[in-house]
Amino acid sequence: MRLCWYWEIMNMAEQNAGKKGQFPGGQILDFERPLVQIEQQILELEHQQAVTGRDCTAEARELRSTLVTLMKKTYSNLKPWEKVQVARHQKRPQAMDYIQMIVRDFCEINGDRQFRNDKSIITGLGRLAGHKCMIVAHRKGRDIKEKVECYFGCAHPEGYRKALLKMQLAAKFHLPVVCLIDTPGAYPGIGAEERGIAQAIAVNLMEMSRLQTPIVCVVIAEGGSGGALGIGVGDRIAALEHAYYSVITPEGCAAILWKTAEMAPKAAECLKLTPKDLKKLKIIDDIIPEPLGGAHRDPSVAASNLEHYIAESLTRLKRIPTEKLLQQRYDKIRHLGEFFQSGSAATPVKTKRPAALTLPVTGGPVFQSQAVRV
Amino acid sequence: MGKKNQQIDNIQADVDTKKTQTAEVRKVDVPQGLWMKCDKCGEMLYRKEFEENLHCCIKCNKHYRVDARTRVEQLVDPGTFDERLADLTSTDPLEFKDRISYKDRLAQVEKKTGMKEAVIIGKCYIKGRPLVLGVMDPFFIMGSMGSVVGEKISAAAELACEEDLPFIMVTASGGARMMEGMVSLVQMAKTSAALARLDDNGGLYVVVMTDPTTAGVAASFAFLGDIIIAEPGTMIGFAGPRVIWNTVKAELPEGFQTAEFMLEHGFIDRIVDRHDLRNEIARIIDYCGK
Ligand SMILES: [Zn+2]
Repeated sequence: MRLCWYWEIMNMAEQNAGKKGQFPGGQILDFERPLVQIEQQILELEHQQAVTGRDCTAEARELRSTLVTLMKKTYSNLKPWEKVQVARHQKRPQAMDYIQMIVRDFCEINGDRQFRNDKSIITGLGRLAGHKCMIVAHRKGRDIKEKVECYFGCAHPEGYRKALLKMQLAAKFHLPVVCLIDTPGAYPGIGAEERGIAQAIAVNLMEMSRLQTPIVCVVIAEGGSGGALGIGVGDRIAALEHAYYSVITPEGCAAILWKTAEMAPKAAECLKLTPKDLKKLKIIDDIIPEPLGGAHRDPSVAASNLEHYIAESLTRLKRIPTEKLLQQRYDKIRHLGEFFQSGSAATPVKTKRPAALTLPVTGGPVFQSQAVRV
Repeated sequence: MGKKNQQIDNIQADVDTKKTQTAEVRKVDVPQGLWMKCDKCGEMLYRKEFEENLHCCIKCNKHYRVDARTRVEQLVDPGTFDERLADLTSTDPLEFKDRISYKDRLAQVEKKTGMKEAVIIGKCYIKGRPLVLGVMDPFFIMGSMGSVVGEKISAAAELACEEDLPFIMVTASGGARMMEGMVSLVQMAKTSAALARLDDNGGLYVVVMTDPTTAGVAASFAFLGDIIIAEPGTMIGFAGPRVIWNTVKAELPEGFQTAEFMLEHGFIDRIVDRHDLRNEIARIIDYCGK
């Protein structure tokens, strides 16, 4: 199982971009090739028209409508593995892009006050559609220097501690928290283990579950396992249409179950990591639509959809008294998952309430006194 | 290092139930010789004596992994364990199928281990102190956490809260259960939220880390103990050593990701020999329990 696939993908993406520089999207994904061909034909027609003066408008219009139809068809039927590729697309807007587009007067605040300032997680105050709030977001980086600086979006323990410190600051001053998730996973390194990456994430999960202010989390591209969940507990959890959120990378899963990373597409299918599946499983509450062909084709539309979603969520959540908000959050988290009870394998009993002991009123979990055979 | 790596890789990668037995000692395994060889010091051990020694090597004291039922037997006052939620079993939310389907895998593991899931919870007494106990089974799909494990541990925390009892959790897990996908990952949040409630209520939560305590379990309820103790030699960490090695391409430090390493770096309170666990738990309850 390897994590350096990420580095490899990024390198490949960069090389591809260099070779086929004329396509505005940069990296071309396999399933995008027919689309790119049409896009290039349109560009050529326009070029011809400019050079020869021959009127190609009608032809171009036809091509454009074919393009839109084909794009709709392609993007509404993306396979899970293709979604993962779109989520990792080199030109896909990152948290910093969204912050620039939708957060007014962003004031970055840094550091965990303990070890160092982890650049893989950005934290700062800002105004989002009129709401003053604390933004907590993964940062992947654009150019190589920035990517290396922030470990391609893989945060260290100090990143999670910084995030928590700023969230607690927000709670103190009654500011809601907005988390933008985009990471392949927490950083798997020696320093990260030495400084307690597991403990840092664990504490975030516990504290976010009882943070006394509204929290809205959005997976904007990659939701990589514990590294994503470490800033992913809240009152509302959403994902952009072409994001993914998974317990393990498809590559990692394939390496474990099939002993080869080449089975990643199959693993992606098995893991049910697309927003549609996650909504069905009640892992996320909402799916935020992206422009046709993915956020990277029109970042401003994606940004405006994101802004609208967050603003609407904050408006609603801010109206709820804190105590009630926390109870709702707890109930929601407590109900995650499903199981059979009493061997009556007829219907899965969804965890109904946080009721370890409340007695059998509904079909929820019921304790049975039963001596164990030891 | 090589050997350690190998061992750890097995922990990480071996959801393959075929291989989980290796040199580990299982009470439930039917055909077993009277003798076994310690894989650390090479000593030939008489099984009965080894079991009476709490599954530790008589010569080098290597702590072997213990299945959950045996662990309960070793820890609690005889006849006091009152199991709760024993009848919860996994659904298959993803309809997961790799080489075999998750359903078949569960059936196989249940048959082999005699366990319905990777954790048992209940009320019991240890040296006369009442408490809520959770024990994970490292042999049930690597002690991985799916919906049932998450539910039982959360319910145990709530039970402790409700009855004002200390909650003692013996962890042994490779992490989240891949075959339940995101449903398993969010159990990390669920257990942590339930423990936050116990904490708000002033309840005592003690974690006993046993081999292995890694990944999603380490990054949730295992590291949230008011007091965290670990058995010697326990593997404790987040990422798998091979993943780390592939990322940093450097030799991993001696004893990396062991209980001793975690103690040195300040992430656990004490390392406790298995023979002293009962005493130590009772002592902590006397100091911190209600
Ligand atoms: Zn030995």
